[in-house]
Amino acid sequence: MSASLRSAATVVGLSIQEGIRKRVFLAVLVLTAGFLALYGLGAHFAFRDVEGFAAGETEILDPRAFTGATIFGLAMFATLFLGAVLAVFLTLGVVRGDAESGLLQPIVVRPIGRTTMLVARFVGAASLSAAYVLIVYFAAYALTQATGGWSPDHLFGPALGLALAVAIIAALSLLASTMLSVTAQGIVVFMVFGAGLTAGLLAQIGRALNSDSLHSIGRVASWALPFEGLYAASLHALISGTSGLTGVVLQLGPFGGSEAAGAGLIAWAFAYLVGVVALAAFIFSRRDL
Amino acid sequence: MDAPVLAVRDLSKRYGRQQALAGVELEVAAGQLVGLLGPNGAGKSTLTKIACGLVRPSGGGVEVLGQPAGSPRARAALGYLAELFRFPGWCTAEELLRLHQRLAGSGGGETERRELLELVDLGAAAGKRVEAMSKGMQQRLGVAQALVGSPRLLLLDEPTSALDPVGRRIVRELLEELRRRGVSVLLNSHLLSEVELVCDHVAIIAAGRLVKAGTPAELAGPGAVEVETGSGVRTFEGATREEAPRIVADLVAAGESVYRVEVRHSSLEDVYLEAVGGQTG
Repeated sequence: MSASLRSAATVVGLSIQEGIRKRVFLAVLVLTAGFLALYGLGAHFAFRDVEGFAAGETEILDPRAFTGATIFGLAMFATLFLGAVLAVFLTLGVVRGDAESGLLQPIVVRPIGRTTMLVARFVGAASLSAAYVLIVYFAAYALTQATGGWSPDHLFGPALGLALAVAIIAALSLLASTMLSVTAQGIVVFMVFGAGLTAGLLAQIGRALNSDSLHSIGRVASWALPFEGLYAASLHALISGTSGLTGVVLQLGPFGGSEAAGAGLIAWAFAYLVGVVALAAFIFSRRDL
Repeated sequence: MDAPVLAVRDLSKRYGRQQALAGVELEVAAGQLVGLLGPNGAGKSTLTKIACGLVRPSGGGVEVLGQPAGSPRARAALGYLAELFRFPGWCTAEELLRLHQRLAGSGGGETERRELLELVDLGAAAGKRVEAMSKGMQQRLGVAQALVGSPRLLLLDEPTSALDPVGRRIVRELLEELRRRGVSVLLNSHLLSEVELVCDHVAIIAAGRLVKAGTPAELAGPGAVEVETGSGVRTFEGATREEAPRIVADLVAAGESVYRVEVRHSSLEDVYLEAVGGQTG
């Protein structure tokens, strides 16, 4: 392993260690445990009640699929939200904040180089956030399976979509940290996150109302902030094989994505990620510390 | 003559409209301990930061062992302790040094870590977390961190600002030890007495310009010979210690009674105050 790679691995390790030792990580773990417990309980009652309620109507609407996809979609939203919170907190103040507090300088003066350091910090934060998202996603899936016996049409694609989405949020947050103070960074990134989700809802509403303009606005915004496009595509993948009235109702629902990912979105998401990290590295390389 | 370890050439730095440094020239030779003095805001920290690649110069340049400041090879050759620094609170002293060993590519292992901690009198605190350390202990740990990988050049920005007299003495002795080992040091400090005690060379910066440089003895220059005679105290400005016997002999020959003779030196403080013209940051 070259010296540069060894140093990068050290910084990745440092980022992960720092992240795990932050109090917010403990708070996220507690919240996650609470969320999963509530989710399991909610899923259990939802499957039980809807099965009784929908008796006799299963010909046109599959209650198990409808309930499973809806509550699992909700779980995916919560997973994305918690993953985004984690990604933002793990990258909070990584450049400007740490430079102002004097934490960054002793590391930057080492031969590692600024770009390697920044990329390593990103890898640390993104891998921790992505691992978290995958764990919560599969835990929610296990609970859905256990309580209602329902499985999504695609299991692994949506998981990877969510993981890539939080990696993009981590990259955006890192970029913001090169320019903004800690508080401003947190506010801006959460506003961008909210704007992305709102854009996704707009596209969804546009499709439901058959409004091309609204749908286009939502889609353009989703591509400008591809974490939303990935989230919507992940929701879509859950039910992409569900046909009939159940499929239509689910697609129009709040947790039913109407857009498939396609190779274009995935390629764009990766290019976007690389572009954002490269821009952050460029700004960082020119910054006086 | 060997190439300087640190060479600052016509260095200037501008932050917006503020000229932080203007045409500064400075050299630090191998094994030399250079003190950088100046009021707050004079540009001392900016110069140090440019030397270690944290700040980009607006003009001129800095070389470390012939390599442009900020380049990987230049950074590999230096150790740095910032005036304002912080280490991860959850790290122990030992873990912090291990982290910096990895970043610096040092193969010193546990022996180096133990030796460095002993050197700054933190041998007993190897397992102590940074957040549980006093500011003084953290500053000494910072010095140890800067020495990881046996750098050829050490850049210290106010390394004793949080230290008590015992801590200062430890750092002073450490600096003398480093000089014996041939390490070059650029020391930013407000403590004139400390600089006078340990530095081979002193550079005074005011308003971004180098206003005076030389050895402490050269800067201090001749002082005066003060003689108390029967007709009062007479001061011979500019006279040296060697001239004192002649002055006394002349006075006695002239019929004066001499009661006391004192050779006065102008202190570094006098020189500093004269050089900076009473400026303060």
